[in-house]
Amino acid sequence: MKSRRLDTLALVAGALLLWQALHWMVGANVISAPIATIARAIELLQTRSFWDHAVSTATAFGVASVIAILAGIVLGLWLGLRRFAGDVADPILGTLYSIPKITLYPLILLIFGLGISAKIAFGVIHGIFPIAIFTMNAVRNVAPVYRRTAQIMQLSPVTTGMTIMVPAALPEILAGIRVGTALTLLGTLIGELFASTAGLGFALIRAMDVHAVTDILAITTLLFAFAASVNTLLHVAERWVRHHG
Amino acid sequence: MADTGGHISLRGVTKIFPGHEGHRDVHALGPIDLDIGRGEFFSVVGPSGCGKSTLLDILSGLLMASSGTATFDGKILAGTVPDGIGAVFQQDASFFWLSVWDNVAFGLRRRGMGAADVERRVKRALAFMGLADFAKAFPAQLSGGMRQRVCIARTLVLEPRVLLLDEPFGALDQQTRLLMGDELLRIWRETGATVVLITHSLDESAMLSDRVAVMSARPGRFIDTVTTGWPRTRDSRIVSEERFGALTARLWAKLREESILALGMTAEPTQSQFS
Repeated sequence: MKSRRLDTLALVAGALLLWQALHWMVGANVISAPIATIARAIELLQTRSFWDHAVSTATAFGVASVIAILAGIVLGLWLGLRRFAGDVADPILGTLYSIPKITLYPLILLIFGLGISAKIAFGVIHGIFPIAIFTMNAVRNVAPVYRRTAQIMQLSPVTTGMTIMVPAALPEILAGIRVGTALTLLGTLIGELFASTAGLGFALIRAMDVHAVTDILAITTLLFAFAASVNTLLHVAERWVRHHG
Repeated sequence: MADTGGHISLRGVTKIFPGHEGHRDVHALGPIDLDIGRGEFFSVVGPSGCGKSTLLDILSGLLMASSGTATFDGKILAGTVPDGIGAVFQQDASFFWLSVWDNVAFGLRRRGMGAADVERRVKRALAFMGLADFAKAFPAQLSGGMRQRVCIARTLVLEPRVLLLDEPFGALDQQTRLLMGDELLRIWRETGATVVLITHSLDESAMLSDRVAVMSARPGRFIDTVTTGWPRTRDSRIVSEERFGALTARLWAKLREESILALGMTAEPTQSQFS
């Protein structure tokens, strides 16, 4: 555990050094210095407008995540338990997962208009497929011997699902949620970049318009920190569940 | 643990899996006639794919026979698992998300048993299987042999009258297998349960069983049934006895041809310098 923390520290230090080096190479017009950026980020954290944007993004991301997770898990469970449906859906899901969803954005805008629902919808379509795919595979990969054990113990299908199938599939489902929420955040932010009137993505575009390099990097750094925290949190949860395995 | 019951009877049992989309029906098993007495240790050896596991599924009630009747303590097995049957499989079936204690308590809790009774019986089962010190451990922290012990404890705690074992030590190394065999004999003696062991190991079947049935290549039928005549108090040291060698030799003589058939090879003439 200790060496892992050291590794993380070394990684962060390395990234900062690289950043500083890039700053020296290309100049403050393109990349602001780490110290200046972090100072600006701390300043931003004390402004009202930053928090307005942050709340807007967080709301869209939160709602999109909840929808993507719930719908993805339900879809994945259903497809995982029905072999035929799963066989049919597998390539379709794979395709939907891999197409660049940005191409669907005009369509989303036409359906939902400018505003939070378009951002949410865009976040959801990024997150739902990986979660569904992971969940489907998780359920399919549950060792057959568990089902036999359940049958020998005369458990009902519902009891088998709740006490054996779901816990057995949980680590992989959590991995899906981790990947899915990361993509949901990506989708939400892309939505804000292109057509939005609020949110951190919107703030980023506005900073770009006025060429406020330090602001751009400060917001990016804060977003990065947020995404990394969510990811780490889910990673810890996944490891905890798995390690009880 | 079991005082009464544990009698199994098969009469003309066959299993035919219907073919799908132009594939022919698969005649997997039988006809088989079999009586396993209460408290008997009965083994089935046979070549790969001969229907051993199908037989076990019929004995457990998981599968229904295509024809013939299978009864357990006088009741017909009709595709549902009756009370009093426990099974341990080759694959690790320990629940990785539960501690050893919770694994063993699993079946009792699903039956709605009160906490005090659960605790009493889990404690006894853990002590019985030498797992008392590992109650809080998770399966991932245990060796393969220990995990299989957890599965056995989880089954025994339900006090089955019949213990069905499908290659339970198949994934373990030879030394562990021998020791687990001793443990199995102890379990069998102390619980009084009927044990049906499916194995492809001649040594294992010859050492552990009261009777060993040899199965043919598919469709699996019994081509020989050998009574070992070992005392009830036997253990793995009998492998050094002369009769053990004679037993395994007889089993192999029967099984060799079937294994050759199962492999799809043709039996070569039996003239050899060993005969």
